[in-house]
Amino acid sequence: MIARHLGDPRLRAYLWQALALAAVVWLGAIVVGNTVANLESRGIASGFGFLDRSAGFGVTMSLIPFGETSSFGRAFLVGLLNTLLVSALGIVLATALGFVIGIARLSPNWLVAKLAAAYVETLRNIPLLLQLFFWYFAVLRALPAPRGSVDIAGLIFLNNRGLYLPVPVASTGTVIALAVIGAAAALLVAAAAFGFGTPAMRGRVRLGCFALIGLGALWLIASLGWDRPHLAGFNFRGGVSLIPEFVALVVALSTYTASFIAEVVRAGLQSVPRGQIEASLALGLSRRRTLRLVVVPQALRVIFPPLTNQYLNLTKNSSLATAIAYPDLVSVFGGTVLNITGQAVEVIVITMAVYLAISLAIAFGMGGYNRAVAMRGT
Amino acid sequence: MSTTRNSLFVIATAAFFAVAGVASAATLDTVKSRGHLACGVSQGLPGFSSPDDKGNWSGLDVDYCRAIAAAVLGDASKVRYTPLSAKERFTALQSGEIDVLSRNTTWTQSREPGLGLLFAGVIYYDGQGFMVHKSVGVKSARELNGATACMNAGTTTELNLADYFRAHNMKFTPVTFEKSDETVAAYDAGRCDVYSTDQSGLYSERIKLKKPDDHVILPEIISKEPLGPSVRQGDDKWFNIARWVLFAMLDAEELGVTSKNVDALVKESKNPEVRRLLGAEGKFGANLGLDEAWVVRIVKQVGNYGESFDRNLGMHSRLKIERGLNRLWTQGGLMYAPPVR
Repeated sequence: MIARHLGDPRLRAYLWQALALAAVVWLGAIVVGNTVANLESRGIASGFGFLDRSAGFGVTMSLIPFGETSSFGRAFLVGLLNTLLVSALGIVLATALGFVIGIARLSPNWLVAKLAAAYVETLRNIPLLLQLFFWYFAVLRALPAPRGSVDIAGLIFLNNRGLYLPVPVASTGTVIALAVIGAAAALLVAAAAFGFGTPAMRGRVRLGCFALIGLGALWLIASLGWDRPHLAGFNFRGGVSLIPEFVALVVALSTYTASFIAEVVRAGLQSVPRGQIEASLALGLSRRRTLRLVVVPQALRVIFPPLTNQYLNLTKNSSLATAIAYPDLVSVFGGTVLNITGQAVEVIVITMAVYLAISLAIAFGMGGYNRAVAMRGT
Repeated sequence: MSTTRNSLFVIATAAFFAVAGVASAATLDTVKSRGHLACGVSQGLPGFSSPDDKGNWSGLDVDYCRAIAAAVLGDASKVRYTPLSAKERFTALQSGEIDVLSRNTTWTQSREPGLGLLFAGVIYYDGQGFMVHKSVGVKSARELNGATACMNAGTTTELNLADYFRAHNMKFTPVTFEKSDETVAAYDAGRCDVYSTDQSGLYSERIKLKKPDDHVILPEIISKEPLGPSVRQGDDKWFNIARWVLFAMLDAEELGVTSKNVDALVKESKNPEVRRLLGAEGKFGANLGLDEAWVVRIVKQVGNYGESFDRNLGMHSRLKIERGLNRLWTQGGLMYAPPVR
């Protein structure tokens, strides 16, 4: 009876898979059990209770309020947000720069093409950590101390503590101005979508809306108060500041990754057969339309999968931040918190899980888009 | 890439905890059969542990490891040094990669029961201090409100500084680096108004600056930093050796036993305390699982505590740090070792 069922290849396949799964689970259980037992026998604290305890240290830059009395859990959030910020900004800048350079490499202009090639070959062949130190220390040394700041119209200040910008402060007028602009824009969209009245009337409505938006914008600017940075004691207070660590990290990550993206873009553009471009030009399409309708859609299909890899690399490379004191996840959580609590296993597990989650999210998003543009059928 | 290496290291350690057997051999036997001592040191802190251009390590912390090697293996040179960042140091000891951590590490409550370590004693009484550029014109740490401070990540420095500014109702911006070389470079480049670490560390890092004379160390000490070597919990025999090697170096200084006179004293001394220390009387080495000449070897090959201090940190070194609290108790300091008897 059993022998007869075992003869069924489908059942046998399920059985093997169940066995393999059980073995993996069993191995996992042993690893976890053994870890806990070993930590206990060595008198090393374990568990995740430390996340609620008060951290007692400060952080250079955080997107959410963080003070010495905040918890280790909040320190984790600060690090996570800083990592996400630098990765997101890096991805946007690297993509923009990478596309420009990738296209420039194919330029018929000899100088432009060679400059782009030189950029790619230099940047991608120097270790990222060295580039990071270059941007950080080279830029830091070149900048003046706070008292000798580069002063732009008394509004923007640049020194070796960072770039200080004024921030607008909203008032009641700002809210009303925003409401007016919003209403005018809505009317404009509605007029375009539903097409009521005569064309002449529509034209007048459109003109009125533009005028309203323009006036609203003027009012908006006038209504804003400005929180200006000013020198107080050791440094500037007020306004917003970009710390040099952040700038160096974003610049290093985006210029480095851009060199790889440029190659991806070049490969994608070159993958479109020359014959198609010639055919499309022969059909009378302009160069612009040829690019937009024939070349780019096909090139994107080739570009996307390797582009995803570059985004993942950039996100993971952002952990080099710890070398130049940018308070990212690895620096704040995997560094300071790990050391204060001594709970290396828990902290590293959480950190790895976060990078895995971020990477999977990026891969998932990019995969979705890739499926949407992928070639279907034959 | 140091970060990648560090992460790999920590992950490897985590993996080690996951798969290692619960029972581990006694450290003394491991060291003897291996033939050398695995000693965790700093990544280069002149005076405590730093390599020269040929890769030979020296410093007070290094001398302590050499003393253990002299006592246990009979040869002070049989030490293998593992340079560790502040972040890696405890994991390296916990995982058994090193036998003893002798790396300017502060003895605190949470590091013993929390991390499963035991400190053998205090090799240097330190306290956290501040260094600023002379041109800033600051005379006291109380004038540092609003300052930006460079320091190392994962140290007691980070916590003390936060406490100090909070206690005095002042604000500061911390900039924390993983390695002290980058911390010093950033401070030197003007990223911070103040550099803070243990005061001994300030003296030893100052000589790395471009213009050391342009920087002053402020008089305030804002914390207690008893620096000492540590070992893993659960191996009492090894802990005894770690502790008594340190005491032996202190006792030797107190009794006037130096590397120059130790050979003569072991034969001629009539002082019973000296005779017990040097193994001419009693069986004190055997208690520790060592032979009776262990202290003679320590003093002869490494020197007593005072000699080591003088050579590495004191007036015969580049750092020229006063002994201060680290004088023997007989001279008004805190160094006080129980007697060998």
